[in-house]
Amino acid sequence: MKKLDHELSMKRLPKSPTGIKGFDEITGGGVPKGRPILVCGGAGCGKTLFAIEFLVRGATEFNEPGVFMSFEETNEELTINVASLGFDLKDLIRRKKLVLDHVHIERSEIEETGEYDLEALFIRLGYAIDSIGAKRVVLDTIESLFAGLPNQLILRAELRRLFRWLKEKGVTAIITGERGDDKLTRQGLEEYVSDCVIMLDHRVNEQTSTRRLRIVKYRGSMHGTNEYPFLIDETGFSVLPVTSLGLEHVVSNERVSSGISALDKMLEGKGYYRGSTVLVSGTAGVGKTSIAAHFAEAACKRGERVLFFCFEESPNQLIRNMLSIGIDLEPWVKKGLLQFHATRPTLYGLEMHLAVTHKAVNAFKPSIVILDPINTFVVSDKDIEIKTMLMRIVDFLKANQITALFTSLTSNESPLESSEAGISSLIDTWILLRDIELSGERNRGMYVLKSRGMANSNQIREFILTDHGVELREAYIGSKGVLTGSARIAQEAKESAELLIRKKDVERKKREIEQKRNALKAQISALHFEFESQESEAIKMIEIEQNQIKRLKLDKLQMAESRHAQIENVNIKKIKDK
Amino acid sequence: MKEKATKVKNWPKELDAILSSHDNDKYILRLYVTGSTCRSVLALMNLEKICEEYLEGRYELQVVDLYQNPSLAKGDQIIAAPTLIKKLPLPFRRIIGDMSNKEKVLLGLDLRDKLK
Repeated sequence: MKKLDHELSMKRLPKSPTGIKGFDEITGGGVPKGRPILVCGGAGCGKTLFAIEFLVRGATEFNEPGVFMSFEETNEELTINVASLGFDLKDLIRRKKLVLDHVHIERSEIEETGEYDLEALFIRLGYAIDSIGAKRVVLDTIESLFAGLPNQLILRAELRRLFRWLKEKGVTAIITGERGDDKLTRQGLEEYVSDCVIMLDHRVNEQTSTRRLRIVKYRGSMHGTNEYPFLIDETGFSVLPVTSLGLEHVVSNERVSSGISALDKMLEGKGYYRGSTVLVSGTAGVGKTSIAAHFAEAACKRGERVLFFCFEESPNQLIRNMLSIGIDLEPWVKKGLLQFHATRPTLYGLEMHLAVTHKAVNAFKPSIVILDPINTFVVSDKDIEIKTMLMRIVDFLKANQITALFTSLTSNESPLESSEAGISSLIDTWILLRDIELSGERNRGMYVLKSRGMANSNQIREFILTDHGVELREAYIGSKGVLTGSARIAQEAKESAELLIRKKDVERKKREIEQKRNALKAQISALHFEFESQESEAIKMIEIEQNQIKRLKLDKLQMAESRHAQIENVNIKKIKDK
Repeated sequence: MKEKATKVKNWPKELDAILSSHDNDKYILRLYVTGSTCRSVLALMNLEKICEEYLEGRYELQVVDLYQNPSLAKGDQIIAAPTLIKKLPLPFRRIIGDMSNKEKVLLGLDLRDKLK
């Protein structure tokens, strides 16, 4: 099996890495090794830069020296132009890693007097290649020959020969070409260079320009077919492999605190999942940025890196404003844990933002990214574009296990849940902030609209910004909805008053019962006394009666005795004793 | 030829150099060829014929084989072969091809005008 794999990889098209950020990813390793590659595009789209970076990276990173044959810019111009990207061509030339050759063709100087060929160019190029053992060649822009040499028949035949010759030489060559009206290049170079064609584009949409790269064809290799935005900045060219990376990212069970303990409690007491996407949405001034700042501060306290993109405020303004609610972000910035990226969303197009985000994230390697707010992108009003862009950002961040917090501004007219550029499906935890207008006040309410994978609280809390941060209060449900602010305070007062009354009631009742008991006790004892007196009287009566009975009997006996009457079975004495 | 040039009034001074070189009639030519291909040979033959005819005794012709001196191609901005460089008299000219079109060669060597 392993052997088979090996054999397959041997048969695969060998590739030459360009070293251009992102490009090697979308082409699966770079441009085809030892073959000519056509890079075409309109004026100012970055063809020359792509080519020169290919050479510079080759020379510095892959030990593949290169020859740059320029038909347009002079060597001096070229050196100065690319110095702004940090490429020191002079040094490379000195180290024999690069040869610059400016081919100058002045139409007015030339007189054609018969048959000729471009063998001299071949020799010249061949000499340059051999002088440093070059593996890479750039011809920029060979189409200039068409302007200098009138005989197109010869030229075309010679170009065909040139590309074949380059292949035979085994050099990887980039040939640039200006974009034509209905063809890829003005002179139809794609006819000769057909192994790999890369198209660069520079489009202006809604007054913002976006650079894009597309691989039109790539023989013998898989490649991404989309248009990829790319970026030219102080570090050179970067292509962004920004198509959806799929949903195969690893998930984490780890939780990260939101920085607000009450909010954590609403989320099972633990906070967000690491690597999840959190959306904080709400109307203007409800405290979205404050929640974001809390999150950032908490992360910095844990020693994690936070990348904060602010599209509305400057970093200094944000730091100052957050200080007013007791969040001091400045020390974290100084420590290098917190990095701000402040740009106006209108500065560049959506793809460019995506590109900048990618780049910044790759450079800073944060564990938390905050975008505040995302809907400032909605200038272009193209929901689908924004959605795909955000999806790309979300996927990218998820793939890197980065927890993302987006804030989103909802306008008052639109329904709260629908407005977020249709991105709700991308969001794992959605915290909704809303203002509640009641009894002449505007207060803030907060609830967790959804939170995937956790038993979140369903309660609406009142959200208060204090000088020591965000606080969440229990909200009261009144007849007109949630009671907040002074209405809540009034409700609280009312309830405590009611409680007092109840307490007093209870005490009064207790006292009443006590009194009743006492009264009853008194009654009982009175009756007892009455009974006792009656009882003693009755006993007395009984005694009297008994005595009388005794008396009578005694009398009878005495009478009988005096009469000496015989009394049956009666012993008088006995009776007497009694 | 000389008479013709002096007839012109208000001749720009900058062109004096060109004029004087014309006057001196010193032609410095360099022919770049790529080996001994038939095109190279043809070019050389044609050129020599023209030179002998029009510039007899007042030209210097140097023939460079690029295969042997490839580094020279860069200095003289050679891309096509054969290429004839007219270094002097000014203006600088490059004449490409096998020199079979005589008229054009003469045009390139600035000999065309003067013949008229």
